[in-house]
Amino acid sequence: MTTLSLLAARTRSRLPRRHVPVLATLVLLLVLYGVGVSQYRAFSNIQVVFNVFIDNGFLLVVAVGMTFVILTGGIDLSVGSVVAMTAMVSAFLLREGLPAALVLIIALLIGPTLGFLMGCVIHFFDIQPFIVTLAGMFFARGMCTFISGSSIPITDGFWTRMSQQRIGNPSGNFVSISVLIAFAVVAVAAYTLAYTRLGRNVYAIGGNSQSALLMGLPVGRTRIAVYTISGLCAAIGGILLSFYTLSGAPLIGVGMELDVIAAVVIGGTVLTGGSGYVFGTVLGVLVLGVIQTLITFDGSLNSWWTKIVIGGLLFAFILLQRLIGIRYK
Amino acid sequence: MTGSQPVLTMTGISKSFPGVRALDGVDFRLLPGEVHALMGENGAGKSTLIKVLTGVYRTDHGAVTLGGAEVSFSGPMQATAAGVSTVYQEVNLCTNLSVAENIFIGREPRRLGAVRWAEMRRRARALLARLDLDIDVNAQLGTYSLAVQQMVAIARAIDVEARVLVLDEPTSSLDAGEVAQLFRVMRQLRDDGLAILFVTHFLDQVYEIADRITVLRNGRLVGEYPTSELPQLGLVEKMIGKELRALERLDEQSRHDAAAPVEGAPLLDVRELGRRSAVARFDLTIHEGEVVGLAGLLGSGRTEVARLLFGADRADHGSVRVHGTPTSLRNPVAAIGHGIGFCSENRRAEGIVGELSVRENIILALQAARGWLRPVPRRRQDELVDRYVRALSIRPADPDIPVGNLSGGNQQKVLLARWLITEPRLLILDEPTRGIDIGAKTEIQRLVAQLSDGGMAVLFVSAELEEVLRLSHRIAVMRDREMVAQLTNDQSVDADRIMQTIAAGAGHEEVPS
Repeated sequence: MTTLSLLAARTRSRLPRRHVPVLATLVLLLVLYGVGVSQYRAFSNIQVVFNVFIDNGFLLVVAVGMTFVILTGGIDLSVGSVVAMTAMVSAFLLREGLPAALVLIIALLIGPTLGFLMGCVIHFFDIQPFIVTLAGMFFARGMCTFISGSSIPITDGFWTRMSQQRIGNPSGNFVSISVLIAFAVVAVAAYTLAYTRLGRNVYAIGGNSQSALLMGLPVGRTRIAVYTISGLCAAIGGILLSFYTLSGAPLIGVGMELDVIAAVVIGGTVLTGGSGYVFGTVLGVLVLGVIQTLITFDGSLNSWWTKIVIGGLLFAFILLQRLIGIRYK
Repeated sequence: MTGSQPVLTMTGISKSFPGVRALDGVDFRLLPGEVHALMGENGAGKSTLIKVLTGVYRTDHGAVTLGGAEVSFSGPMQATAAGVSTVYQEVNLCTNLSVAENIFIGREPRRLGAVRWAEMRRRARALLARLDLDIDVNAQLGTYSLAVQQMVAIARAIDVEARVLVLDEPTSSLDAGEVAQLFRVMRQLRDDGLAILFVTHFLDQVYEIADRITVLRNGRLVGEYPTSELPQLGLVEKMIGKELRALERLDEQSRHDAAAPVEGAPLLDVRELGRRSAVARFDLTIHEGEVVGLAGLLGSGRTEVARLLFGADRADHGSVRVHGTPTSLRNPVAAIGHGIGFCSENRRAEGIVGELSVRENIILALQAARGWLRPVPRRRQDELVDRYVRALSIRPADPDIPVGNLSGGNQQKVLLARWLITEPRLLILDEPTRGIDIGAKTEIQRLVAQLSDGGMAVLFVSAELEEVLRLSHRIAVMRDREMVAQLTNDQSVDADRIMQTIAAGAGHEEVPS
């Protein structure tokens, strides 16, 4: 009896509380996958998992950028519009006949520039990130329709190659190049957060920005950096989306920022900042993807069920975070 | 030790803010290997001096030398780099990070840009071992007590080759055991040759740890004394600045006719009431028509007692009886329900709503007591407000101007009126006369006497002993967050006796309530 309770106490202390949300997401993901496998024979095909990555690669990249922002206690509502704007600009410039390499560079510069500017406004004028990035969201979305009111198809050779290239074994299972790019982004981000000063400063600011300032950390620089990183990730996400759809459409990715925030939160990152992992965000995106796949497999359910399930999960995870007491002051 | 060269000297430091001379030609020196207490009441200039030292403020005049060279820091970062580290009352660390990271963040050991976690943990363990602190450097800081967090803050401060360690009220939220642990660390650092500047409100702690004491008063240097040569009573005198005899004479001039003890029924009776790290458990009985004065130095726990009795802070121990019926004062609504009113010490931040009119401010508490669903009729509002504006001679006598435009004294009267119209049975006045002119002060004092004659009980909190002596039937004396004595205010009680009680603590005869 006594030994048992002692043992329980020890295991509880062995498992740091900050890891609980990520583990909960992992368990949830496994349960969802298990449900799929038990219900549908085709679900156990490994290509189903690969397809989840192929369909959500761009979302994963954007969510990684959002993780940086949310870890500092901020929010970036502009990412969906920046994804669309990046795809639009690429499609437009390619139609105008610019070389693919130059288009890539330009398209990849727009997002971080906008992010940098928003970060500066947030830091120097001490304005809520919510409202600044909301303005950024409207601006970028407006730019999309300014470029073209309708969808622009992409016929460029490089783009179509990136879209169609399959990487995999001869037996037929494959992933797209986008998935590899997304994995690379995840790896770089995870390393940055765990092993660089920038990454550690992100956590410190999210924990207590006032303390971070008094400890002599570069709070302003870090804050501007995370919005720039988020902008860069949104730009990469936009390129990946244009690989995926081979077009630029002015109204694509409307509301994507909310899916992204949901994925990050379900992945265990606390909205008030200071706690969370890129690995959790990967799990969060996978949870969303697997739910979508399940609903597709069912066939009879309306796709809006995805939203309903995500809504319920969000509530559950926010409550979980509150219950295990991740409340930093 | 006294023969060694000072590591830090500050000479002729002056600093003015608009309308206030915060520091006036203050000299200060700090020797290596000593704990030096900086003492003074609030507003004496302690924190200004520390902020000048750490570069938060620039001096108007005067020079700071560190290790023989003149320095002028542009901010705390530069001061830290030069060897002057500060640990504030509030722990400025990130509770979501590990202990090791909190010590090293911003200067982590790195290789090729990558943080070397193992090396960082190793160094953190070594540093904490120096402080005799055995904790898991991997654990999140937030899982440890405030005292341990304070220790980690000190570890961070001394890691940067500190020569001077400034501890600004580090003990104010620690309990006795935690303070002992902190002192052990301080002694060890002192023996290592570190110069420690220690600021505190607690007199006992000064005598326990400090080698020398510098006293400031009203922005001026009173003097520097070896602790062994300055008895507690002398220290209190020097902090307050009045010869005890002079105070006594002042007090003879007028005294509430307290000779006749109050025979009213016990209105509020609390037993063993207390709140951890705010105020030690105390017993207090307040009778109808009685004025109980609460005396003590600033920071001695006076306000904490007042807030407990009003339910603004929740007691974690003790029992409360109102008119003999057991109850609890779990929040201000409950206290108001029992007829208790509270005029806050901090009238700007907690009492007065500057943008609202005099009328609206006065009606606030009555409306709250009635509940927001039953608005006070406008005619009744006007009637009440008129009555109290006249009774308290609030000027200007226009109930519709914003309260923010009134003088401090008149704002205080508005606050009083707010509680008076709810007809409380016990009114708690926390520093009602601070910062208001002498005319308004006497008016408020007269009003308190009138109210108590009318049967209202008053708990009167004030830093001014004369005022407490003049108004109170009984005086409760606070010291180091503890109620050390309750004295019936008869001929045997004078400022001298209260000061002695403040200085010496318990051991004087306690008059049972």
